[in-house]
Amino acid sequence: MLDAACCLVRRDLLLAWRRRSDVATALLFFVIVASLFPLGVGAEPNLLRAIAPGVIWVAALLSSMLSLSRLFAADHADGTLEQMLLGASPLGVIAAAKAAAHWIVSGLPLAVIAPLIALQYGLAPELYGVLIATLLLGTPVLSLIGAIGAALTLGLRGGGVLLSLLVLPLYVPVLIMGAGAVDMASAGVDPAGRLLLLGAMLVFAAAFAPWAIAAALRISIE
Amino acid sequence: MSDYAFYLWGSYSVTFLLLFLEIFFLLKRKRETKA
Amino acid sequence: MSWFWYASPQTFYPLAGRMAPWFAGAALLLAVGGLYVGLFVAPTDAQQGEVYRVIYIHVPAAWMSMFIYVVMAGWAALGLAFNTRLSGMMASALAPTGALFTFIALWTGSLWGRPTWGTYWVWDARLTSELILLFLYLGFIALQAAIYDPRRADRAGALLAIVGAVNIPIIHYSVVWWNTLHQGASVSVTRAPTMAAQMLTGMLLMALAFWMYTIAVTLVRVRCIIREREG
Repeated sequence: MLDAACCLVRRDLLLAWRRRSDVATALLFFVIVASLFPLGVGAEPNLLRAIAPGVIWVAALLSSMLSLSRLFAADHADGTLEQMLLGASPLGVIAAAKAAAHWIVSGLPLAVIAPLIALQYGLAPELYGVLIATLLLGTPVLSLIGAIGAALTLGLRGGGVLLSLLVLPLYVPVLIMGAGAVDMASAGVDPAGRLLLLGAMLVFAAAFAPWAIAAALRISIE
Repeated sequence: MSDYAFYLWGSYSVTFLLLFLEIFFLLKRKRETKA
Repeated sequence: MSWFWYASPQTFYPLAGRMAPWFAGAALLLAVGGLYVGLFVAPTDAQQGEVYRVIYIHVPAAWMSMFIYVVMAGWAALGLAFNTRLSGMMASALAPTGALFTFIALWTGSLWGRPTWGTYWVWDARLTSELILLFLYLGFIALQAAIYDPRRADRAGALLAIVGAVNIPIIHYSVVWWNTLHQGASVSVTRAPTMAAQMLTGMLLMALAFWMYTIAVTLVRVRCIIREREG
């Protein structure tokens, strides 16, 4: 079972590597969106410092969501997905593996790039650690929840936008906890509690989302 | 608070208008499916 | 056994037709009673004056918006578990009314906020949670509208409704926490005045009225859905 999961993750990473530009585009989107806010609200340093965690988190949400519609579409188009449904591996494991691969490609890089954005916004350097921690804990949850939406909207017209409408309300707790932890840290309060809550969300999502993704895949394909 | 009438009646009238519209469109749908 | 007898759309259809007028009548009576108590019998509030009377719509509508979502998710779960067609139809029939009450709660909350707190929109925990609930309803409706096959639409919507229902407590807790973090001594638009007995009676009557209304409207709507799908 673990073999199948690792195999699938490696396959997805290989496929993503072959289409590096798609991945790079999503990451570039993250940077561009984060750069748009100062242009919109003005470059007042205190304002930017205050909105930095929120902006970075919203940009991470949107960027992570961009690549979701592709999650199952390619496999669905060439019939691989049906093979996975019929195969020996439990569909939940396959779902978890695909979400993991999505995270490695779309979520993990955000945690790496985020300090650069934080630098642009003048966020205090001692907060970088908390910021990265929230992104590392939160972006897998985004991938897992997003995969449910991707599975539900598989093959539908208006898929990408519909996917956003379905998934963004469910993202709200992660956004609140993630940005809120950084805000708390900037106010001098220990964010450990919030980080633990993010961790709890991750555990909860990791436990239940694969089941929901599998159920959604079965609904969409049969 | 002295011009509460606007807010109060604004709330009640919009509510009843929306409920009325819901019933109106539902009955219209009912007529169309019966046809 | 009698429950499963009515689980078939064909047998439920005439039953729904017979029941709907009774619920509509009950809704009307309760609404008249509730409005009478709320607008004429209940005393004026010491702090907010007459404008507080919005709560006779706002609070019942908010209660219904949440109650309907839970019921919707319940029907959805039944449909997925027992693979019954009618359960999915009931969930679909409930959604528009649920969304409507959510909007009414938001609208009346906003109009209540303006005279009492000065702005039309306050990012208070309850209003923000209601807003997200509206998005959840609209997402459900949009998903079902985008799927051509009714069975797939029912099942996909059902899964979404269940995922949404599981998330609602998490969303609510997050928003409450967010609100305390960012507003400090927060002012809540939906803080009701200290409850005189007549106020509570008025609110309960209106809540029951909305509930009966919802049942009546849902029964008529599900009949339309049955006709549309099964000919």
